[in-house]
Amino acid sequence: MSMELFGNALLSGLLLGGFYAAVAVGITIAFGMLDIVNIAHPAFIMLGAFVAYWLNVEYGLDPLLAALVAAPFAYIAGRGLYRYYHGVFERRSEDSLQGLAFFFGLLFVVEVSLLLVFGVDYRFVSAPYIGPSLTFGDYSVPYRMLVPFLAGLGVVALIALYLGRTFTGRAILAVSQDPGALRLVGGNPVKIKEAAFGLSIATAMLAGALLVIIQPIEPSMGREFIGRAFAICVLGGMTSLLGTVVAGAILGVAEAMTTTYVGAAWGPAVSFGLLLITLAVRPSGIFGR
Amino acid sequence: MISRRKLLATTAAATTLAAMGGTVALAQDGPIRIGMGMAMSGGLAAGGKAALLAYQIWAEEVNARGGLLGRQVELVTYDDQSNPSTVPGIYSKLIDVDGVDIVISGYATVPTAAAMPVIMQKRKLFLSLFALAANDQFNYDRYFQLQPNGPNAKVEFSKGYFELAMALPEKPKTVALVGADAEFSILALEGARENAEMHGLEIVYDQTYPPNTIDFASIVRTIKAAAPDLLYIGSYPPDSAGMIRAVHEAGFKAQMVGGGMIGLQFAGLKTQLGEMLNNVTYYDLYVPEPTMQFPGIDAFLVRYRERAAAAGVDPLGIYIPPFAYAEMQILERAVTEVGSLDDGALADFIRKTTFDTVVGQIAFGERGEWAAPRILTCQFQGIEGSGVEQFGEAGRQVILHPPEYKSGEHRHPFPASA
Repeated sequence: MSMELFGNALLSGLLLGGFYAAVAVGITIAFGMLDIVNIAHPAFIMLGAFVAYWLNVEYGLDPLLAALVAAPFAYIAGRGLYRYYHGVFERRSEDSLQGLAFFFGLLFVVEVSLLLVFGVDYRFVSAPYIGPSLTFGDYSVPYRMLVPFLAGLGVVALIALYLGRTFTGRAILAVSQDPGALRLVGGNPVKIKEAAFGLSIATAMLAGALLVIIQPIEPSMGREFIGRAFAICVLGGMTSLLGTVVAGAILGVAEAMTTTYVGAAWGPAVSFGLLLITLAVRPSGIFGR
Repeated sequence: MISRRKLLATTAAATTLAAMGGTVALAQDGPIRIGMGMAMSGGLAAGGKAALLAYQIWAEEVNARGGLLGRQVELVTYDDQSNPSTVPGIYSKLIDVDGVDIVISGYATVPTAAAMPVIMQKRKLFLSLFALAANDQFNYDRYFQLQPNGPNAKVEFSKGYFELAMALPEKPKTVALVGADAEFSILALEGARENAEMHGLEIVYDQTYPPNTIDFASIVRTIKAAAPDLLYIGSYPPDSAGMIRAVHEAGFKAQMVGGGMIGLQFAGLKTQLGEMLNNVTYYDLYVPEPTMQFPGIDAFLVRYRERAAAAGVDPLGIYIPPFAYAEMQILERAVTEVGSLDDGALADFIRKTTFDTVVGQIAFGERGEWAAPRILTCQFQGIEGSGVEQFGEAGRQVILHPPEYKSGEHRHPFPASA
């Protein structure tokens, strides 16, 4: 076994894992913490990707800066969306099947809207870090993967700090464990969930910007991430941000190693096989309680 | 004396006949309706909407000329959402409910294959756009396909690539084959495998990857470790971009890199990859080279490009739209010369005729494929920066194969700087 090949595969897998974590962190918040099966999250990621593309092409803004510009608007829209979802489904306890259907419909609405606005052609962005690689000895790391990796880890770290160090953040963690107890100590679970869902949608803007840095995009591409994003959330332990990062890395490294030593076609089988084995041994996921 | 029952029956029959007569008269006076399911959303929409724009341009032109058989032409389209499960229902509705006069296929292999059972049951003429071997199993005699694959499509796709490889001064000995785990790529790789074996090449890597693969670095590094002389890739647009980037990022070198790569024909990917494309050898169907100056092609592309931005489709339009327009030229001539919309008569005429179109002369052979294949093996040369205009110029996508369309010399190895 060549060390160079092994080392490069490991690096590739870890870089991919950082991006996967950025994609899945929104699902971890919405699905893991709030129990909202937002199956439309990948469509919001595509929305983020197209916003980054638009700001890059029209105003020359770096995709990462574009994501920062878009994130507050996405946060507000996310809050509004949750308020609607709560009023129509959650409050009436119709949030299981009807809620799922709602988000499924929303996925198509977002996708078709992107199609109507941006057309069907593949879109891409330009940035100084797309193209060159960082090389050290036999190892090389493309900046277009390194930047999403660092940005993905950075955003997960910031969210972890926010959840651990602020009142609203702790309230979000509390609502994920016991909304009734939160109410008893004077908190409003609906308001807290509204803020958390807004945060979840805001992360989709960043994940979208990272995606368009890595590869060209078209509106229907988001569907491809549904399985992977939910798998990472479940594997990590549903509510754990550290679990999301670790699960993202496990899937990324598993895919890279499988590609290198077995064949790329086995990548999904190995990744989801790992998920099944983990859940059989530890049903609550790696960091689940 | 006539009974009441007989009177009622006679009246009903007379009313029905009158109504039918009215309908027939109406149909003959009304527009000729051409129906299709087309990918206007989903993964195939980039091709579907570009094709639709070409059909619309043709319909406007033919209507301005007075229509077909003295009747205006109307396109009846439904979005198949790039989802084959919608296709049979769409074609049943087009034929049975909408009562269209002619049906044509949507974009690409899978929707075309999904429509075939309905089309065959109704014995309709079926002109098809870019379907790879969709009629091989059905062998339907009223099917005609516009992509110039010829009767043995999967081998044709890589024939030029391997013939060029074997003509290199340093004869290659090994080849790596890689492609997406999806219909087109699998067929392209099967053909490449046959060609490689025919030329006595050793296959040192032969793998597929899942269609939603994001990072190609591990694949390329594994191929690099196998050190092939040639790299043949069968890929879809996002992975074509991923593979080209990855081969550069990994510092991969070979005598030839390229193959059946979908996406390198589209302006979006060409401009994104820019100089990374230099010396990539790939398949194409039409490129603006001096050897491919067919009557009407320039005028069509001007009209297409005027409207491409507003339609949100490929701004160059040299891959699918000219063939979609040629499809309509074939239909126009067939309807005009046959003088009716009879599916059987139109199919007989198309089968026996050689058509002059904007993509050159087309004659159909076995299973409705082009009688003689014309898959081009091209190479990107002299690409500078990422300007889109250069891809509309001659000398940037040089034709290397087949010899009768050759427009430049093969440059090797890959990458261009090696």
